[in-house]
Amino acid sequence: MKQFFAFVKKEFFHIWRDKRTLFILLGMPITQIIIFGFALTNEVKNSKMAILDFSKDASSIQLIQKISVSKYFDATSVLSSYKEVEPLFKKGKVKMILVIPQQFAIDLQHGNKAQLQLICDGSDPNVANTLSKYATAIVMDFQNALVKQQKLPYRIETDIRMLYNPELKGAYSFVPGVMALILMLTSAMMTSIAIVKEKEMGTMEIILVSPLRPFGVVIAKAVPYMLLSMVNVATILLLSVFVLDVPIRGSLILLLSEGLLFTITSLALGLLISSITNSQQVAMLISLMGLFLPTTVFSGYMFPIENMPLPLQVMSNIVPAKWFYFIVKTIMIKGLGFQYVWKETLILIGMTVVLFGLSIKNFKTRLS
Amino acid sequence: MNKEKVIVAEGLTKRFGDFVAVDHISFEVSKGEIFGFLGANGAGKTTAMRMLCGLSTPSTGKAIVAGLDLFKDAEKIKKNIGYMSQKFSLYEDLTIKENIQFYGGIYGLTKKQILDKTNYLVEHLHLQDHQNSLVRSLPLGWKQKLAFSVAIVHEPAIVFLDEPTGGVDPVTRREFWELIYDASERGITVFVTTHYMDEAEYCNRVSIMVDGRIEALDTPNGLKKTYNSDSMDEVFLKLARKAVRGE
Amino acid sequence: MSVLKYLLQKEFRQIFRDPSILRIIFVMPALQLIVIPMAADYEVKNINLSVADHDHSVYTQQMVQKIKSSGYFKLVNYSSTYQEAVTSIESDKADIVLEIPAKFEQNIVHEDQASLFIAVNAVNGMKANLGAAYLQNIIQNYNNQIRTKWVQFPPIPPQTNINISVSNWFNPMMSYKYFMVPAVLATLLTMLGTFLTALNIVREKEIGTIEQINVTPIKKYHFILGKLIPFWVLGLVVLTIGFLIMRFGYQIHPVGNMLIVYFFASLYLISILGLGLLISTYADTQQQAMLISFFLLMIFIMLGGLFTPIDSMPAWVQKLTWLNPVSYFIDVVRMVVLKGSGLSDIKNHIFVIIGFAIFLNSWAIWNYKKTS
Repeated sequence: MKQFFAFVKKEFFHIWRDKRTLFILLGMPITQIIIFGFALTNEVKNSKMAILDFSKDASSIQLIQKISVSKYFDATSVLSSYKEVEPLFKKGKVKMILVIPQQFAIDLQHGNKAQLQLICDGSDPNVANTLSKYATAIVMDFQNALVKQQKLPYRIETDIRMLYNPELKGAYSFVPGVMALILMLTSAMMTSIAIVKEKEMGTMEIILVSPLRPFGVVIAKAVPYMLLSMVNVATILLLSVFVLDVPIRGSLILLLSEGLLFTITSLALGLLISSITNSQQVAMLISLMGLFLPTTVFSGYMFPIENMPLPLQVMSNIVPAKWFYFIVKTIMIKGLGFQYVWKETLILIGMTVVLFGLSIKNFKTRLS
Repeated sequence: MNKEKVIVAEGLTKRFGDFVAVDHISFEVSKGEIFGFLGANGAGKTTAMRMLCGLSTPSTGKAIVAGLDLFKDAEKIKKNIGYMSQKFSLYEDLTIKENIQFYGGIYGLTKKQILDKTNYLVEHLHLQDHQNSLVRSLPLGWKQKLAFSVAIVHEPAIVFLDEPTGGVDPVTRREFWELIYDASERGITVFVTTHYMDEAEYCNRVSIMVDGRIEALDTPNGLKKTYNSDSMDEVFLKLARKAVRGE
Repeated sequence: MSVLKYLLQKEFRQIFRDPSILRIIFVMPALQLIVIPMAADYEVKNINLSVADHDHSVYTQQMVQKIKSSGYFKLVNYSSTYQEAVTSIESDKADIVLEIPAKFEQNIVHEDQASLFIAVNAVNGMKANLGAAYLQNIIQNYNNQIRTKWVQFPPIPPQTNINISVSNWFNPMMSYKYFMVPAVLATLLTMLGTFLTALNIVREKEIGTIEQINVTPIKKYHFILGKLIPFWVLGLVVLTIGFLIMRFGYQIHPVGNMLIVYFFASLYLISILGLGLLISTYADTQQQAMLISFFLLMIFIMLGGLFTPIDSMPAWVQKLTWLNPVSYFIDVVRMVVLKGSGLSDIKNHIFVIIGFAIFLNSWAIWNYKKTS
């Protein structure tokens, strides 16, 4: 036992002395939270648009006014002919163009009918669809303001309540995702690299000859990173609660325990990676592809899993991050207890065991 | 031996902040000489050598290497020197032939010269069966001999060797020194650092560094007489006891 | 110049002899390009709906049927109690609960008004918003259906009717994949270029071969060119592989001239390889090099408009985007492939990227000293 702690201490020194790495490992969660919290959003707003107004009458000006004022649009230019449309799109300057035909006001007043055209840059279909919906809504509003509408008969009213996240904050869904990602990175990637580095440098043999059993050596390497991971979890939680106003509705202890579990799972994954290669470069690139990518894509925090084609949905089940994401969401945002996550917890435990088993097998065969 | 001086160092000093690694050393080396640079770990020999190679800028002092001023013509000096580091010299993932081709080309040898050199080295070092194998697959002793040969592929005026025989058996070490003698006879000056005291006996002259200063500089026999010792080992111990620095 | 020739010969030999690099260059683009665009889809569909029906009337049956056939919703639970429905949200079996009160049909017909209650799992705010909007939309349509059955034509006092015709250019099938594939390709190239360069140089530092190079007459610019050129070539190879996958895997036919993309990519590669070079001057170990690269790239890529639109970012972040080389490349690839933008359209981008190339490489060269 004493030897084990001696090893752990040595590993700590390694990490502590490498200030650059340490700085980045501790700084990553902070950066991610800030970026996700303040910069990234799928909400569409301030989209640049242009107006092609052939009418230039009172009504068209009113409509343009209404659109300009909306927070969804940023009307940057007024065009004079259709010829300007394509070049503007090609330069990427606007996302949408509103075309108001001639005699807009006259059509409205006399015929009770008018035509408008929206040309959207469909490159980003999401944005295009959203923008056309918003624009349509604004036009509807404009339309309704023109004539006093009576209350329609046979009305169905809908009362909508948003559960768990009434303000529809994006942070609620990505904070758990960031947690999964950071833990993966800190535990899995760093550990695998640390172990492979030892192998690459050839100092592995030296250590293996020491009185500590090989597996103990490997675990000793992992312990400091585990602690770092927990520090990161704490950082993420603190930032989320105090900077992003994300609540921790469920049991904090349960949350931290699950965090610890996932850290161990990530560790096992890192061990597996380190057991199959002797080159740091390869370990890093596998970590990137085998950890970062699946965690980001398959955990479900960037894209809903149910949107993916079936084979990918099935694949997502072997990504530990997916289960962890679910667990954190359920505990932290929904505020529910263990009875709602026991199945997923079991799956994580199972994965951990399998990963450890595979790594041990690999290590044994390599070292013999 | 030619009396032409290939290295003239005057008061070379290297400071790292408050720490003086090399403290005003001065010495001269003649052409074709095998000059041993001894000292305990931490005495400053590697730092001194790196200055002479142009890898490290002296804090103060002067030096002429291969007839060129260390400060003014550092880059030109590099054309005329060879180097074999402690850690390594050859590319493990290239073959023997490819390594020779690379270094030969870098130093400006023509294709024909490279070819001739390659054939000569392969025969001389008995590497015929391995010329197309990756250097990685060679045993350590052969790697070192090859590294040395590649370091002088361009027949430089001086070759700097930093602890070149670490980790090999005594037979291989002797073979290595045969190569050094060969080179010296061809007029290549050999500047070698080592902490194997028996190797000190193979040098023409030896300097011993302690705490960044040269405490002794003479032929091995001269030193043994001065310090009343039977072996260089003894000489070294007597001097090293005075050391403050070191492991 | 022959020094450079020998350097390049060595570099290329080493790269091709390294099996892991080759695998990565061919496998990684393929994997990423296949997985990410397939997985990336913000459109909301397959929303799990749980209905608590206290009315069980013809109207409720019709309405639920209409909702089911819309294609957006999957009915996972149809029960009579609200409690059951709520449980299904808690256990994540359902995303939305629709509660239909008793006497629903009666109220519409006789009282002129009835209410429905909708509860949405809003942990994912965007999904919730859209899901609720779709549901409301369908209900509104159903509402109109009922209304028209009861009221004769012309229905109501003449309403003003503005007809809006929407046309979407450049993306005929409005496929999100069209949007993602070019961007993923750009991201891929960025990651490979920076990582491989940084790791390669730092590895030489760690092993000690850099010191060997420093002792030779190889000049700074030789060494740097010797590192940049091979990876530059490799970068263009990866780009080509990516284009093949794009063209034949995803059937995306580029509208613009691919040579423009190659041209821009050549310049872009110089700047991100320069970034890799720069990183290598600040890292002592491969581990550090990788972490620093990863950290920086992650920020650049996320803020570069890959997954979320730059326009939606707060103003101060958008200004920062001007300093983000990745955003320019993603932009260019998207614009040329989808919209057929030409050289003059991306003039600005070209100038900026040249600026980056010069800046990053100069900084790196300044840092890289043969003598310490």
